[in-house]
Amino acid sequence: MEDNQNSLTFQEPIEWPYPIRYGEETRVNVDVLVLGGGLSGCFAAINAARKGLKVAVVDKSPIVHSGAAGSGVDHWMDCPSNPASKVDPEEFTLEPVRKYKGGYANVIANYITARDSWDALCELEQMGMKIRDTDDVFKGAPFRDEATKLLFAYDYETRTCIRIWGTGMKPSLHKECKRLGVQLYERIMVTSLLTEGGRPGGRVVGATGVHTRTGEFFVFRAKASVLCMATPERLWIFSSEWTGLVGRDGPPANAGNGHAMAWRAGAEFARMESSSHEEWGGSTGIGAVLFGTGSNFATWYPCTIVDAEGKEVPWVDREGNPIHTLEERTKPGPGQKFLTLVLGGGEGKAESMPHLIPDLPERIRKGEFKLPLYADLPGMPEYERRVIFGLMVGQEGHTWPVYRNLTEAGFDPDKDQLQVYEIGAAPPGWRRLRYGGLVVDWDLRSNLEGLYAGGQSIFDGIGVAHASSTGRWAGRSAAAYAQEAPEPIIDEKQVNREKTRIYAPIQRPDGINWKELQAGIAKVMQDYCGDTKTEELMALGLKTLEEIREGESRTLFARTPHELMRALEVLDILTCCEMIIHASRARKASNSWLHFERLDFPQDDPPEWRKWVTLRLEGEEVRVGELALDYHGDIKKNYETHKKE
Amino acid sequence: MTQPKVYAQPNLITPNRPVIIDPEVCTGCNLCVEICPSDVYIPNPQKGKPPIILYPEECWYCGCCLMECPLHDKGANKLNWPLMQRMRWKRKETGEHFRFGMPNPPPPNKRPMV
Repeated sequence: MEDNQNSLTFQEPIEWPYPIRYGEETRVNVDVLVLGGGLSGCFAAINAARKGLKVAVVDKSPIVHSGAAGSGVDHWMDCPSNPASKVDPEEFTLEPVRKYKGGYANVIANYITARDSWDALCELEQMGMKIRDTDDVFKGAPFRDEATKLLFAYDYETRTCIRIWGTGMKPSLHKECKRLGVQLYERIMVTSLLTEGGRPGGRVVGATGVHTRTGEFFVFRAKASVLCMATPERLWIFSSEWTGLVGRDGPPANAGNGHAMAWRAGAEFARMESSSHEEWGGSTGIGAVLFGTGSNFATWYPCTIVDAEGKEVPWVDREGNPIHTLEERTKPGPGQKFLTLVLGGGEGKAESMPHLIPDLPERIRKGEFKLPLYADLPGMPEYERRVIFGLMVGQEGHTWPVYRNLTEAGFDPDKDQLQVYEIGAAPPGWRRLRYGGLVVDWDLRSNLEGLYAGGQSIFDGIGVAHASSTGRWAGRSAAAYAQEAPEPIIDEKQVNREKTRIYAPIQRPDGINWKELQAGIAKVMQDYCGDTKTEELMALGLKTLEEIREGESRTLFARTPHELMRALEVLDILTCCEMIIHASRARKASNSWLHFERLDFPQDDPPEWRKWVTLRLEGEEVRVGELALDYHGDIKKNYETHKKE
Repeated sequence: MTQPKVYAQPNLITPNRPVIIDPEVCTGCNLCVEICPSDVYIPNPQKGKPPIILYPEECWYCGCCLMECPLHDKGANKLNWPLMQRMRWKRKETGEHFRFGMPNPPPPNKRPMV
């Protein structure tokens, strides 16, 4: 048999293919620095560059496909501002917050998204991404608006979520960044924010980075910075023998680097205590291929599910009333103004969309339905079947290969029912951070001068429309600030301290590797900050993390620049876990809206705790504060006051 | 029987072949190496040969390397879902069962995406 190097059987070591430049420095000087080049980062950069400013984007991955939506996305939610919508953006923002989030939502970001996401989508269309059924494939379908040729998802009557050809999204943004002369720094991991005088809490004047192939050091100096990185994944669960480093919705790059560096710089956070089981059963690598198995949610909404004998599983509306037709799944029920899928809604509370009967597991146990279940594509009308498995599967993240692989293997949606793996018999769920992030004001500025935030860097930030709209807004705010701001001055001592910190792992010949450290930290989170929490348990968890920080993590070693990136990621994950436990100790009340249960404070959402608990680092001290849930004030007025053209 | 040369090797990572590359089709252009968001590939030290998947356990199965590959349609590469993620389906009319990766699979469905 011939040697196949894919199988990782090397008879001789292979020399590292890239030049090694540990400690060598490149200095970059711009007006606006964008940290993270996903959707929000690209939108921020493009909008700042249009003001004629010098802009750089830094990303660990190549920007053409980086970020959670790097491989695509199939629907654009939260878009009541589109021309076919029948919903007012204000009502669209406030009604679900009251009903499905108990008031625990980032109304500033939600309202900016509701108002601006149509404009952001039109910008994408101008950049070359397809957003309309221009080939008239779905002419006459109930989800198509004939005037605009837009295709809607979920609610076909009130029309606020648009089906799009999103595999073109990142390539379009990448092209536009290049056209506008945005400097793209790829394969560079940002490791820290630089502050005036090197003092945490001071004005942010730039950032440091390390190249993930060469190990070269970068110092970015900027008048304004926009943090557009993701919330951390793999905090409660890790095994390198599961796929994708156990991030299903977020790529392996999502290691909370932005959160950790902002924390060290003194930024204020909210919602860090909120975590929950993955709503779709398994966010783990042992779960199914994302949208590659039969289902009835998101990409697959509103697909009919049948049991092993072909018996249809009934649906209920969002209030739990039985519904009987396909049409009823795609329009508001009696007394409902509109339907929208609310992400991150209250676990165990009402669902925001029609769904399968909630007592399905019990009814399966009683023998009413026989496992396994199947997605009955052949039983759907042609337009639904084709839009689900033809447009949506194919455009959503990860699903371009799903369409290719399954059809190549003979799967035919006209004839075949795809097995369901995650309903009724879900794999074990593991906790996931539920959108903790930076506290921002109406300019999407953090508490630090010069630091703005977009996308998942903002607390309660979720979804592509949100990422794009907030990135766009933050980029404009940062540009406005940069036009007036004084020259930033870098503190060289701070730069040198960071250099010493980040290169420590390559100077150790052995010790603990990043995977073991990562697995150990995840176990601490499972054991001490899991489903149920108590003060004693969490104090011990924090102590364990501190011991690991002072002990094992000081033996962390890396043999290549790539391993150095992973090692530095795990140190940031450690920081994020500490933040989570601090936040969880600070909220001395259970809160089912935040999926937060404390055994020692069992009362759910008592009135005196109806507020955000905020957290920031001041010197070595963790400062706990609070913020009113309605700190957004008058949304229409504030939107108009802070909007920048 | 001639005995093969055997080397001492650590256990392989599992799964370890996220993408199968056909060395007959792949020209070693390394575009996939430059595209991969997780940087799982390195170029082959031998010019013109397929890249090496150095970090298979970091693959997110996003498929960006296939989307950008100029020779994907000619069969240069294929996303190889690991065994624990291979789904089943059932033909509604006949009740016949199929599985991704099964021996003697049914003929491909040639209908393109919308």
